[in-house]
Amino acid sequence: MPRVKVPRKSTAIDMTAMCDVAFLLLTFFILSAKPKTQDPITAIVPAAASEVALPENDFAAIIVGQGKVFYNIEGQDLRMETLKAMGEKYGITFTPEQITSFANTESFGVPVKQLPQFLNIPVAERGDVRQTGIPVDTTDNNELFHWVRETRKADIALHNAVLTVAIKGDSKEEYPKIAEIIKTLQKQEVNKFSLITSLRKVQK
Amino acid sequence: MAELDTSGGGKGGKKVRSKKQSTRVDLTAMVDLAFLLITFFILTTTLQKPKAMDLTMPDKQEDQKKVELDVAESRTMTILIGKDNKVEWYIGQPAKPIAGPTVDSFGKNGLRKTLLEKSAEVKRTQGKDMIVIVKPSSKSTYENVVSVMDELNIVGNQIRAIQDITQDEIGLLQRDGLY
Repeated sequence: MPRVKVPRKSTAIDMTAMCDVAFLLLTFFILSAKPKTQDPITAIVPAAASEVALPENDFAAIIVGQGKVFYNIEGQDLRMETLKAMGEKYGITFTPEQITSFANTESFGVPVKQLPQFLNIPVAERGDVRQTGIPVDTTDNNELFHWVRETRKADIALHNAVLTVAIKGDSKEEYPKIAEIIKTLQKQEVNKFSLITSLRKVQK
Repeated sequence: MAELDTSGGGKGGKKVRSKKQSTRVDLTAMVDLAFLLITFFILTTTLQKPKAMDLTMPDKQEDQKKVELDVAESRTMTILIGKDNKVEWYIGQPAKPIAGPTVDSFGKNGLRKTLLEKSAEVKRTQGKDMIVIVKPSSKSTYENVVSVMDELNIVGNQIRAIQDITQDEIGLLQRDGLY
């Protein structure tokens, strides 16, 4: 007796639509991606109920943790312009390679005299370098003062915008260090700045 | 892996036809790859953007003419931040305070309750908003300062300033074991 053969259905599913969706999402994430910035020190920011978002451009952050001060300028053109101005101020000539390297540096914390040396180290190996922090003290002429000042000047020259200065402090940092930075900013009449916080829900 | 046509050839049709190749390509591997990349990008994107709290300090230029406002001490509350996440507050002058000095803790039952009560009281008796002066001591942490400013934001205080602590006030903190 001839057996009735059930026609076997293919197990393959049509993947076209799934593929479309997957690539659409992929494109979206690639375009909106901004890689996590790795700070040389971990600063656990205090929580607050403030919901003001940080600006994306025209922005510089002072990172404070373990008693050290780091500085991060947002935007490559701003970084390059600031570095050139700082080089002039301190009589250091940076090579074009060093300037490009600085444009790709997220945050740094070395005195300006050691900066050329620091920039010669490839980015991948910088994690092992112990950075001493940018010198800050109560005098008028500390390095952080000039970094912020030159960044502000460069921002006006390049984008005609007012730089937002933010302080990203570790929650366990003692207040006098923060007070020192606030005083440095106030010396150049930056009386309004942002404190970076993480979001916390208000306890009712 | 092209898909096989298993739906049967049908009867009839004596003519020998060249077998039509299916144009379908197996997309499984491609989808796998796409999702892998999506996962990578999701994980590397900073999901939560950091938030910021704006802080405005009083202008501190020496050469400018000092603008000093006479404010009633009865509506000025001073918050001293000591060690171990404790604060001490008083209204008026440190030598002869109108209320306090009282040691308080952070949180909704501590400082926030005090701030809400006192600002309501000042508003009721004087018809004006309370002025808050925050004085962090050198034993306080940055987190404490941000917390105090945050509480002030939550209770809706508009007039406030951060100032340096005086020797008398350090003495006050020392007396209560907060320094």
